[in-house]
Amino acid sequence: MNLIQEYIEFWEIRYENIFEYLLEHLSIAFVSIIFAIVLTVPLAIGMTKMKNERLKQAIFNVANFFQTIPTIALFALLIPIFGIGFTPAVVALFLYALLPLLRNTYAGVESIDQGIVEAAKGMGYSTVQRLAKVELPIAVPYIMSGIRITTVYIISWTTLATVIGAGGLGDLVMAGIGSNNTYMIFTGTALAIILALTVDLIFGLIEKRLSVSRG
Amino acid sequence: MIQLKNVNKVYEDGFHALKNINLTFEEGKLNVLIGPSGCGKTTTMKLLNRLIDYTDGELTIDGKLISDINPIELRRQMGYVIQSIGLFPHMTIYDNVATVPKLLKWDKQKISQKVEELLKMVDLDPDTYRERYPHELSGGQQQRIGVIRALAAEPKIILMDEPFSALDPISREQLQDELVRLQKEINKTIIFVTHDMDEAIKIADQIILMRDGEVVQKGSPHELLTNPINQFVEDFIGEDRLRQARGLPPMTAFVDEDYPSVKVTESLDAAINVMVEKKKDQMPIVDADDKYLGILSLYDAVKNRDSEIKNLVDETVIAYRESAEVEKFVASKETIAPIVREDMSFIGVLDQDQLLEVLHEQVDQKSGVMS
Repeated sequence: MNLIQEYIEFWEIRYENIFEYLLEHLSIAFVSIIFAIVLTVPLAIGMTKMKNERLKQAIFNVANFFQTIPTIALFALLIPIFGIGFTPAVVALFLYALLPLLRNTYAGVESIDQGIVEAAKGMGYSTVQRLAKVELPIAVPYIMSGIRITTVYIISWTTLATVIGAGGLGDLVMAGIGSNNTYMIFTGTALAIILALTVDLIFGLIEKRLSVSRG
Repeated sequence: MIQLKNVNKVYEDGFHALKNINLTFEEGKLNVLIGPSGCGKTTTMKLLNRLIDYTDGELTIDGKLISDINPIELRRQMGYVIQSIGLFPHMTIYDNVATVPKLLKWDKQKISQKVEELLKMVDLDPDTYRERYPHELSGGQQQRIGVIRALAAEPKIILMDEPFSALDPISREQLQDELVRLQKEINKTIIFVTHDMDEAIKIADQIILMRDGEVVQKGSPHELLTNPINQFVEDFIGEDRLRQARGLPPMTAFVDEDYPSVKVTESLDAAINVMVEKKKDQMPIVDADDKYLGILSLYDAVKNRDSEIKNLVDETVIAYRESAEVEKFVASKETIAPIVREDMSFIGVLDQDQLLEVLHEQVDQKSGVMS
């Protein structure tokens, strides 16, 4: 009983702070994911039309490379270039988001039944029309699921952004560790989890909505 | 009219896909391109909507060189139906059928009327199906939509790439019938690719048989069936269909040479014994030189036991030469057909069981029942 009361008191005192952390967390995660989407989705679509297999492979390799660097190390590596704070955190998470987004979008467009593409071509769609009216609408559910998975990852990884002073829920956890405050650690962790789950749920609904009414 | 003159297609890797193709597709005719896989039939068809461009030669549509026509516009003027149907899964049936009219920017009213008319033409109720999605339809229904989608913008030319081969046999038969009926109504130039000879024979005005990038023979189904130019054509058409086209085989194919005969000089009792033993009620009678004389019936023989064979022979039952057509016997309504050589010497009797079997086969095939 005491525990719950204490915890409620903790919220009463800290809620403004907590919301600040939450907001920071969200902005880091979403800014990086939005930049990543803006770059990768058109790139991946372009790659499906690309004939040069080597170039395609090279692009995938670069995206793959960023993915293999340990998160902490990547944050550290970016300090000499971007200093500390919001920018290097966004850059690092942006680099992480590239591969899953690229792969999913590419696979989505590639997986379209060749018969559909041929029918569209044969009926006289230009390349741009075909992309806009046929290929993209069909690939959207795949692209959305890529975005969903990646966003959940990125929200979770954003917790580490605290090590380069970018703030976010990671700060709450770190501060909790420093001052041996279990409530802070618990709150930071729980909110990161809830945030990830909520985003997953919302994006899941959007995905379902977009793929409704097809085979 | 579409004309191909000395058209060649050579791929970058040196593969010579089409060799000196000379073809004419006349207006309002249903042309079938057929051949084993890799023969170039689909390649030939795809030259027509420029999904593939030829390497050299000349391809004209109504006298206009096809390379002078913008491929996008060209395709909008041609219907295109493919084997995998390729309906757009994210669009309703209405939007699918309306695809090309929308690309051509027809006004809404006109598109709506056209879609309704086409759905009715293939017996799909517009009110039921207009707002459905492709996956809610059966395979046969989907390909009907595929076909009317190709007709929507009223093209003069329709290309069909094995459109029915992925369907179940019943849907396939129905769609073939519908296509033949539609063709009579709408009178389009159709280029139809298939590897199914039955389908080709059933629907084609002109069949073009190809192999290894060359045209082996072209002509009406009747021409190909009755006058195949070489062994490949014969093999491709198949023995069964050729035989059917030629009609019934000659008498010799059905001779029962074990059928007994009795010499006229023998005693009547001996003849009766043979008939009883072999369970025959009619017996061909021959003279000393084995020449056919007539038929002795068991009934007559038993009734006139005291008589001799030569008095009882029914000479009105005529014998058939071995080269005679079976049709003659079938038409005669006689019950026995003795068969003789040119010099009247007796060979045997027409085996009616065998003949019946062949007749049954033909009846089955003509009525479309799978045997």
